[in-house]
Amino acid sequence: MSDLLSLSSITPRSWQGYAALVLLAGALLLWPLVNATPGYGIGIAALIFFLLLLAIAADNFPPAIGVVLLFLGAHGAAWLLLAGITGNEGTARASFYLLLAAAWLLAWRCVTILSALRPTSRWAATALRLIIPAIFGAWILIIWEAVTRGAGIPFILLPPPSAIGVRIANSLPILAADVRQTIFKAVIFGYVVGSGAGYFAAIAADRVPFLRRGLLPIGNMVSALPIIGVAPIMVMWFGFDWQSKAAVVIIMTFFPMLVNTVAGLAASGHMERDLMRTYASSYWQTLFKLRLPAAAPFIFNALKINSTLALIGAIVAEFFGTPVVGMGFRISTEVGRMNIDMVWAEIAVAALAGSVFYGVVALFERAVTFWHPSVRGG
Amino acid sequence: MDSFRDKIVPVTSILAGVVVVWYIMAVILNAPFQRDLDRRAGETPDIVEFICKTMSQPKPTLPAPHQVAVNFFENTFLRSVTSNRSLVYNAWVTLSSTLLGFAFGTALGIVIAVGIVHVATLDRSLMPWIIASQTIPILAVAPMIIVVLAAIGITGLIPKALISTYLSFFPVAVGMVKGLRSPELTHLDLMHTYNASPSQTFWKLRVPASVPFLFTSMKVAVAASLVGAIVGELPTGAVAGIGAKLLAGAYYSQTIDIWSALVAGSVVAALLVMVVGIAGRIVDRAMGGRPA
Repeated sequence: MSDLLSLSSITPRSWQGYAALVLLAGALLLWPLVNATPGYGIGIAALIFFLLLLAIAADNFPPAIGVVLLFLGAHGAAWLLLAGITGNEGTARASFYLLLAAAWLLAWRCVTILSALRPTSRWAATALRLIIPAIFGAWILIIWEAVTRGAGIPFILLPPPSAIGVRIANSLPILAADVRQTIFKAVIFGYVVGSGAGYFAAIAADRVPFLRRGLLPIGNMVSALPIIGVAPIMVMWFGFDWQSKAAVVIIMTFFPMLVNTVAGLAASGHMERDLMRTYASSYWQTLFKLRLPAAAPFIFNALKINSTLALIGAIVAEFFGTPVVGMGFRISTEVGRMNIDMVWAEIAVAALAGSVFYGVVALFERAVTFWHPSVRGG
Repeated sequence: MDSFRDKIVPVTSILAGVVVVWYIMAVILNAPFQRDLDRRAGETPDIVEFICKTMSQPKPTLPAPHQVAVNFFENTFLRSVTSNRSLVYNAWVTLSSTLLGFAFGTALGIVIAVGIVHVATLDRSLMPWIIASQTIPILAVAPMIIVVLAAIGITGLIPKALISTYLSFFPVAVGMVKGLRSPELTHLDLMHTYNASPSQTFWKLRVPASVPFLFTSMKVAVAASLVGAIVGELPTGAVAGIGAKLLAGAYYSQTIDIWSALVAGSVVAALLVMVVGIAGRIVDRAMGGRPA
């Protein structure tokens, strides 16, 4: 082990490694890290350098240990850097950013090695598919945190992620009330009614060719229009409460569902339809046993599109007037009061809700269209 | 594929049906308020007079189509273009930030797509986030982007354009990744046998193959970009633009103004999509594509 860690083994094997070494040397030249006392203790600083050097050297180790050491070195150093800058806001010097850049390059090297891996077991492949984007996302947060704290950017402009996290933890009841108002009342109701209406309109349009020929071009055109603009009208008609937001969501989700379902109903092939005819199946039998299942991928595509549209519609409609609760209301008032961290907290919750909503629809899709080649992964 | 002639009759009859339903709804929705007015004025109009009155209120619940048409015509053609009540002026304000945001978004989308196609690390780490970025209701961020950028002295076009950029980069990035990967293995092999360098393969095979994908996704992107610009105007306090007209109309209950602003927005959207479509066809023809 002592041989592995000797100085001679710190010869990088990638350009990221060389660049990180240069950055480390630069950081030493431009010492200290921050313009503040006490700043970083000498022990902490030495540990940061040690972790980064370890990560550079890790490239020469056997791949399995190397990747783990690379990961631990780069992220341990980043964590120490972040922990040290807290309380010393706005005092970071070039040296601090050089070390951060070195850590980032090494994390990049780590991701490069990880994405070159071709694991044989399915479990490992899934884990890799999650870990690689997770590292990328983590580094967006790390750089955001380091720059906002290091350069001392005022909280009003851009709060660091840790402050947003604290804000979320401290205002859970308010956020929960907003989510209940916006998502559980307006979004879900509007989404179900709008998508359902679009679905049945599509089936009706399929039964009557005249309707199909008329509705499809109109539906295609409407999907390019800024439908969100009906929000003020709906607020006038249905009042300030969730009903007006649900109405906006219904209008926004109707047309994507209509267009996609009509396209999906045309997706089953001639051969299959002829087969159904030879079975002497009625229109409805063909519809339920052949054409609707064949349309499922299209319908789920519309459901996915609608899951984001519904959230956007409800939040934007709240900009035009709400009772004193709701995500859109909170965002527009807290911006006015310059409580930017609360706005970010609300956005984080909205992003989480949007991703969960999308994820649930995607899971349903996998369960329902298990026969489709894109799910079977054939 | 239905021909144009097959479509024209159903489309016009459905549109006519919409107009008829619209008129009926206007009468029904405006009736309670009109009845209230008549009772206070002590009038008892007959049914025809009553229906006419419901369609000529100054601030109706649902304006009749001809009221919207008149308002739209007045504000578009009769006002001087520099007046801030002119729809042409407001549409221009929105259009300029839409176009700037669309240009940024398209450029960003193409750069991201090229990066993703050529760097495996980016493909594995960035692509999931690009998809996740669209599950975030980004329009919620619009007020903050505008207020925060205003706080550091950036106002006017750029903040609105940034929102448009965010909305329009996604379709372009996804479409271009698909387009740049659309050349088949045999084509790539052919380039290989020609001893083509990676940049030659890129410019002579991948880029031409991706052009149809680019224009299809640009159509989606330009419509999204307009939505971004309109929503971006909401928190600026109703200065100018279609979004500002919507907000001002909502504040003062000027329903006819809201509807004509909506019509203006739809006209702009339709024109933008059409222009991108025509540009796509011209480029396609210039590249030697034949009508399928």
